[in-house]
Amino acid sequence: MSTHKTLLISGMFLLVVHGATQAQEKRIVADPPALVGDSEELMPGSPAEVSGENGGFGVVATAEEIASIDIDVTPGGAGLPAGSGTHAIGAEIYEAKCSVCHSPDLQGVAVLGGPRLIGGRGSLASDKPIKTVESYWPQASTLFDYVNRAMPLTLPGSLTADEVYSLTAFILGEADIVDTAMILDKDSFAEIVMPNAEGFYADPRPDTP
Amino acid sequence: MKPEFPSDLYSDSERKMAEALVETENHALKTTDSTEEDCDCKDGMFNGMSRRRMLAVSAALPAALMTNAQAQGQEAPPGSVAYDVLDDSTSRQGRVILGDGGYGTRSQFENSKRWRYPTASLDSSWSMTPIADGHGVITPSGLHFERHHAGIPTIDPDNHSLILHGLVDTPMKFTMADLYRMPSVTRTHFIECSGNGLTEWAAPTLKTVQGTHGLTSTSEWTGVALSSLLEICGVGDGAAWILAEGADAAVMTRSVPISKAMDDAMLVYAQNGEAIRPEQGYPLRLMLPGFEGNTHIKWLRRLEVSDKPFMTREETAKYTDLMPDGMARLFTLEMDAKSVITFPSGEMKLPRPGFYEISGLAWSGRGHVVKVEVSADGGRSWTEAALQEPVLDKCHTRFRLPWNWDGTELILQSRATDSTGYVQPTIAELVALRGTNSVYHLNAIQSWKISAAGEVTNVHA
Repeated sequence: MSTHKTLLISGMFLLVVHGATQAQEKRIVADPPALVGDSEELMPGSPAEVSGENGGFGVVATAEEIASIDIDVTPGGAGLPAGSGTHAIGAEIYEAKCSVCHSPDLQGVAVLGGPRLIGGRGSLASDKPIKTVESYWPQASTLFDYVNRAMPLTLPGSLTADEVYSLTAFILGEADIVDTAMILDKDSFAEIVMPNAEGFYADPRPDTP
Repeated sequence: MKPEFPSDLYSDSERKMAEALVETENHALKTTDSTEEDCDCKDGMFNGMSRRRMLAVSAALPAALMTNAQAQGQEAPPGSVAYDVLDDSTSRQGRVILGDGGYGTRSQFENSKRWRYPTASLDSSWSMTPIADGHGVITPSGLHFERHHAGIPTIDPDNHSLILHGLVDTPMKFTMADLYRMPSVTRTHFIECSGNGLTEWAAPTLKTVQGTHGLTSTSEWTGVALSSLLEICGVGDGAAWILAEGADAAVMTRSVPISKAMDDAMLVYAQNGEAIRPEQGYPLRLMLPGFEGNTHIKWLRRLEVSDKPFMTREETAKYTDLMPDGMARLFTLEMDAKSVITFPSGEMKLPRPGFYEISGLAWSGRGHVVKVEVSADGGRSWTEAALQEPVLDKCHTRFRLPWNWDGTELILQSRATDSTGYVQPTIAELVALRGTNSVYHLNAIQSWKISAAGEVTNVHA
């Protein structure tokens, strides 16, 4: 909140100024909030003006308001937007916007914290499991949803629906999960089967004696 | 002197991470214990200013604008200000009232602070609470552990709202003013990241209790019951899950069972008597008492009711527990009972044999702590510790036990039992069941070795 920022800054300034002016015996205090009438008491906050049902708590959310932030995509495909993409277009977008952190061969760049995206199939039961989109993620919808909401790191939320379809097609194509000739859209999305789709089960705890 | 992280247990990236973390902890230990200059290689490993940069900034201030303390190059720890210290504090008037602008700071002689896990990204990382420095059960808001996936957003509460929609009769939008005005609930609960202790599965790795257990903190939280908002909207037939979504750049999402939402879930706007800290989700955070920390969505902007879980990245690719057979556990939400001795703990040194009060914290995500036992012989015999009242549900509980150390080498441990009857397991029991690749939900008994010289070290026993 800007008020807080102002307070913080003026507080810091005062501390510095205080030292400088100590010699002149001048004492400075913070600006007080508004006063109550003629008294010296500080004015407390008041509730905002309200009206409506439920004690006036909240208003009905409009379809537009919901649509503007309802970006999730579910395993059943709900939330997938109009548009489409291909492996070939995805390759170009990946090269331009993703390869710096995830490496041109999708193997990740550890020093930048960019995780490996493909490979590792069959490693999960080994001493060194490699958890990637290809080897571990149970749902393709998660890939679309996550890329759409949080990638690329420097400009999250900036990809168009077509770009996210293309990147999904590219990553899943490189992982040999879908055919590289596939045109990915809302309908064809349902055909995708992730290799580790059956690799999860519900929490069985307590599991200790 | 680098510890070994054998290749049969650690992949290349894991080894790099573990080595960097050990280095960070060593660095934190060094800067606490000595006045050594930071070397250039360490600059940038921590959020905030390094010692070198702070000195540079002080030097840049005109001398006339500095207090004597600043002029003499004295540094104030984070959250404090360096004031002049008189030989006789009774000889002159102290600082003016409100010279701090109306919001106080801690003493310049207190330097307890969080330190950051050395992930490659500064945006996605975590910081750990120095739990050995704590008193009672409340974690100071400025020392509450953090886990961010895309940095800390700055959100103006006047422009922030929460939309609740999906399988409801009436989708609603609530402003912060709406929420502040509603009947409020205040409760004291811990939040623990399920990654707390992730370095400790295969071998004792970090030296201090801040490193091994610093991803848990307790605050008094105030907000509104989520069930109240759901009642206003009217939950539809078949509702089973709620998606919670944050307004950070990760647009963080987790699915929460509707049973939890209707039970004790809260939407909190206050922490320890003041507005929740920005790094804890200002202005609004989902609070799910006892559930793993990642589900407590910060900067909450949207809740969507559904019949199925959403299978977001954080609940599938992350925060799932990989078992030795290659299968993984989903939605391991409750944090099981756990305890740790914070005094004495790793890197401390008992100066001589004699009386000490053993102290620590215990908690359970499934209820309250009913018993904490302490062993001074590696688990062969146990003595019940005293629990500090009040003992609260899903909350850190302080335990204490007077103890006479006879000067011999031994292993100190604590073991919690919660109100469901669950007893905290040993690390051997957990590893036998889950292997060493599950990363999350390590709640095993912690062992501290006391050497004959009084040195305390992290061991598996």
